[in-house]
Amino acid sequence: MSTENLPEVPEEPIARLGMFGTSGTGDTSGYGRLVVRRKPELSTPRPYGGYFDTVADELERALGGDFADAVERVVVDRGELTFHVRRERLLDVVRALRDDAALRFELSLGVSGVHYPHLAGQELHAVIHLCSITHNRRLRVEVSCPDDDRHIPSTVSVYPTHDWHERETWDFFGIVFDGHPALTRIMMPDDWDGHPQRKDYPLGGIPVEYRGAEIPAPDQRRSYT
Amino acid sequence: MSAFDDEATEGTVYTVSGNDWSELLETLTGQQDEQLVINMGPQHPSTHGVLRLVLNLDGETVTEARTVIGYLHTGIEKNLEFRTWTQGTTFVTRMDYLAPIFNETAYCMGVEKLLGITDQVPERAQAIRVMMMELTRISSHMVAIGTFGMELGATTPFLFGSREREMVLDVMEYITGLRMNMAYVRPGGVSVDLPAGAVDKVGELLKVMPGRIKDMRKMLDANPVYLARTKDVAYLDLTGCMALGVTGPMLRAAGLPWDLRKSQPYCGYETYEFDVPTEKSADVYGRYLVRVAEMEESLKIIEQALDRLSGPLKSGRVMVDDKKIGWPAQLALGPDGLGNSPDHIAHIMSGSMEALIHHFKLVTEGFRVPAGQAYASVESPRGELGAHVVSDGGTRPYRVHFRDPSFTNLQAMPATCEGGMVADVISAVASIDPVMGGVDR
Repeated sequence: MSTENLPEVPEEPIARLGMFGTSGTGDTSGYGRLVVRRKPELSTPRPYGGYFDTVADELERALGGDFADAVERVVVDRGELTFHVRRERLLDVVRALRDDAALRFELSLGVSGVHYPHLAGQELHAVIHLCSITHNRRLRVEVSCPDDDRHIPSTVSVYPTHDWHERETWDFFGIVFDGHPALTRIMMPDDWDGHPQRKDYPLGGIPVEYRGAEIPAPDQRRSYT
Repeated sequence: MSAFDDEATEGTVYTVSGNDWSELLETLTGQQDEQLVINMGPQHPSTHGVLRLVLNLDGETVTEARTVIGYLHTGIEKNLEFRTWTQGTTFVTRMDYLAPIFNETAYCMGVEKLLGITDQVPERAQAIRVMMMELTRISSHMVAIGTFGMELGATTPFLFGSREREMVLDVMEYITGLRMNMAYVRPGGVSVDLPAGAVDKVGELLKVMPGRIKDMRKMLDANPVYLARTKDVAYLDLTGCMALGVTGPMLRAAGLPWDLRKSQPYCGYETYEFDVPTEKSADVYGRYLVRVAEMEESLKIIEQALDRLSGPLKSGRVMVDDKKIGWPAQLALGPDGLGNSPDHIAHIMSGSMEALIHHFKLVTEGFRVPAGQAYASVESPRGELGAHVVSDGGTRPYRVHFRDPSFTNLQAMPATCEGGMVADVISAVASIDPVMGGVDR
């Protein structure tokens, strides 16, 4: 079928082939040619519903009109509002969110990282959950950076609570938060190699080191042959 | 002397092992160093688990306090990505091990939000969750107050606290089969219905506990030694709390009645009657008062939940009806602490081949969760416990991040300790009530 007459459909990357995600092996389920596509990355059209429209309007006003420049996408999903913010404008956005009287997101619930290796150019995400006690609202701010330029501006100057959270995200994902007062590892030992929560980092398989002694990883300790 | 003379980058290091204080004093006499850097922990009985503090002292005054964490990091969030959504509860329950039900509930609420079945969770399951959470809150606060007493040198509060916690743990064991780490709350409901006699068992606890809390109050509320160690110690006002993201009893002791059970209710909390206790003092004593008052409020909630569980919600399912999600939850708890359902086994083993296949698929492969992300939070004994749950549409979590209140609140340690006396560091840390399992995950 030709797709020429169809309205412009955004490209949907393939998420999974076949029923069990296997290929070339004995998938006899009859679902072997099943193609599952990921949802395309789209903005939610207005109206968003609830207080989400108010928040978006007020942020637009607080940013002085260049909302579209700062916020790449607005996503409303499962009753939650997400602003995908360009990293260059992150500080402006969070400062406006915290300080503007109509927004007042005073409480930040920290930074969490997510690694999406399939999203070319925006592999690493830092997700900030904000809460406004004044207005009793919640909001998610998501920033991304490409894997070969892992820099996101630090928001510790706006939300001091992000100190440890950004250290944790650096430790686990390798995102460098520029401007952080002391970006060091927090969970893993200081001399650890790699960032364990990334998708290309395996589970286990790391030898245990203790005071010069090295014990093989649990899966390599014995051979039963 | 060579045992504790060592040149390091920051100056001379003295290692003291207990019986050599006089030798240390001899060495130190006549030294010019006014600053003393003390390492406390990670194996120190009064640092609440494996927390390490590095204190710069000028005499007895703390000039700089730093926290070193990560000694209990177990990679729970990484492990979750390699197990099914249901198996996730057995991991998250081990994070904040003094409040396991809260971890499970936050995680399951996140998964339910992703699945879009939040409204379908049966009311009976929600009431059980509420009851279990409030029981856990009592046991957690009892440990907080008890260990606090012990760390200040008073053994009786610890014995009282442990005894009361034991009562709660007995009820937990009776209901779930395990005292801790019970993986009781599951996506879609709870794993097992209340066993026969559970209502009576909780009823007994409700009769005894108010007196026990009163005993604790009698012992500590106006105790001059306790007051001297807690009043005006580790002051952190509302501005400091907000900036540092501090929630829970610390925030409420600073005067803000912020409690997610009231402000953003979940699990039907809006239908229960209770108050949010606050204090204005913003010090260690205020936090103690808030915790004790919260236990009394928890008793009210448990009583109401129990009335419902023995009245209008006496029977019914405790798992969603959707058979593609809900594990068989009509289990009966055996003497070995494991749930089993003879009817279900008979059905799948000799009744229906399709049911067997379905059961096998659900248990081994798990259910698929639509792609997306969700954030669910509950008011744990230590503050807002949030679960950021991301799915890519598969049978395993893509990423789960826990916003643990212990982790965030512990950042306030330097703000509460610096400029104070070294002895007050202990009460400051204890009033934050960090649980290292939750801090390090």
